[in-house]
Amino acid sequence: MSTAATINKGLFRGLNLRQKTILLISFMSLLLIAIVTSSVFIDGGSLSTDFGSKNLAPSLDHPFGTDWMGRDMFIRTLGGLGLSILIGAIASTISTLLSVILGLLSSVGKIEDSFVSWLVDLFLSIPHLLLIILISIGLGGGATGVIIGVAFTHWTSLTRVVRAEIKQLKTQDYIQISRNFGKSKWWIAVKHFMPHLFPQFILGTILMFPHAILHEASVTFLGFGLSPHEPAIGIILSESMRYLSAGYWWLAFFPGLSLLIVVLSFDMIGENLDKLMNPKKAQE
Amino acid sequence: MYLKAENISFRYKKDNWILRNVDLSLGSGEVLGLIGDSGSGKSTLCKILSGYEKNYSGTVSIDGTGIPPGIYNPIQLIFQHPEKAVNPKWKMKDILNEGHVVSQDILDSFGIKKNWLHRWPNELSGGELQRFALARALSPKTKFLIADEITTMVDAITQAQIWESILDIVEEMKIGVLVVSHEKNLMNRLCHDVVHLSHINNI
Repeated sequence: MSTAATINKGLFRGLNLRQKTILLISFMSLLLIAIVTSSVFIDGGSLSTDFGSKNLAPSLDHPFGTDWMGRDMFIRTLGGLGLSILIGAIASTISTLLSVILGLLSSVGKIEDSFVSWLVDLFLSIPHLLLIILISIGLGGGATGVIIGVAFTHWTSLTRVVRAEIKQLKTQDYIQISRNFGKSKWWIAVKHFMPHLFPQFILGTILMFPHAILHEASVTFLGFGLSPHEPAIGIILSESMRYLSAGYWWLAFFPGLSLLIVVLSFDMIGENLDKLMNPKKAQE
Repeated sequence: MYLKAENISFRYKKDNWILRNVDLSLGSGEVLGLIGDSGSGKSTLCKILSGYEKNYSGTVSIDGTGIPPGIYNPIQLIFQHPEKAVNPKWKMKDILNEGHVVSQDILDSFGIKKNWLHRWPNELSGGELQRFALARALSPKTKFLIADEITTMVDAITQAQIWESILDIVEEMKIGVLVVSHEKNLMNRLCHDVVHLSHINNI
């Protein structure tokens, strides 16, 4: 990721690292926002079946080709990605909220701390995918099942980070000095702890996105997630499997590549935001 | 006004006393030196006096009354490592004004420049940070200052400058100072009186 920010030619010439990073983040965000907004405005007509133009290879009319029912793969992919991003957004927000609550709870006392650690260990000891499938089926599948399934399995790592961060902060000299200045617990929590924790929350949410999207896609691919009539990436990929051997490579290639690009964009945004929010690099 | 520490005892482990029945008294405007070997408990005593260490026996009081927790502590401790005493996510002007709004006089006497205020802590040197730590601790409500090896990390000229400013201010504000250091020459120049920790510590 870091190589992208240090390119010093073409569009990036004459900008410092900070400006380049901002440029990169805005470009990636624009791409993702464009995908989501355009997926919202897809009308049903463009996804209708048209057997006159089925199984067409990629062309200017159909940049991603068409499937066995004559539907345009570009529009289907766009719709699928939009859905994936929305599900990822909801799932990782819920997940972050859970980890914030549990992380703060662990700082209250010893019993609460052991309880949270126990809960984290419990959830980590079960394979992610298995747990998502279980929760998803238990909730009757569909979007709700997948969202809750993903949200309830991805909070563990961020909880650990928040818990460790608070533990480390509590022993710092400047926290004790603040207490000696007569500041209240609440004041210290907001003014001293939040600047350290806030970047973790933001980064945690953004870096959870790719996980959430990939898990959503894989659960759906395995048939435990979204229902087949929705234009999800997982559905597209699992359907196209049957046609790969017949030489219709574009059915899996373009949707898969787009999913990869979306996931990488989120990863890049997350990593570059980290650079911006870290004061050690503020004046570069 | 007198800061009195009476019968201060402290230990980490059973039967392993660091401090035992230590008595110390510091008057307003007095500059008292404290000398001791490494690991003899100087820093521990400083932390007890300024309320950072709570698990001790004995009493710390100002004119007979104890120090209430939760409000501005009139006994302020300055640490040996100023870079640990500032929140790395705060700008210098927020760090400076955390306890009280520091007056221009104090900023001038410590030579704190205007453009330092908009920097992050990692963009200043140890000596510069220590000036901030001192300026923010010298509020009108501060009655006693505990200086735990505060100029160990700077060169001799800076050391002299910093101490000159401190002495001016504490004289004007009638603040009592406990100077902890290894350097005998510095102590003799600064302090009205010097005590050796091993002489007052009964272990």
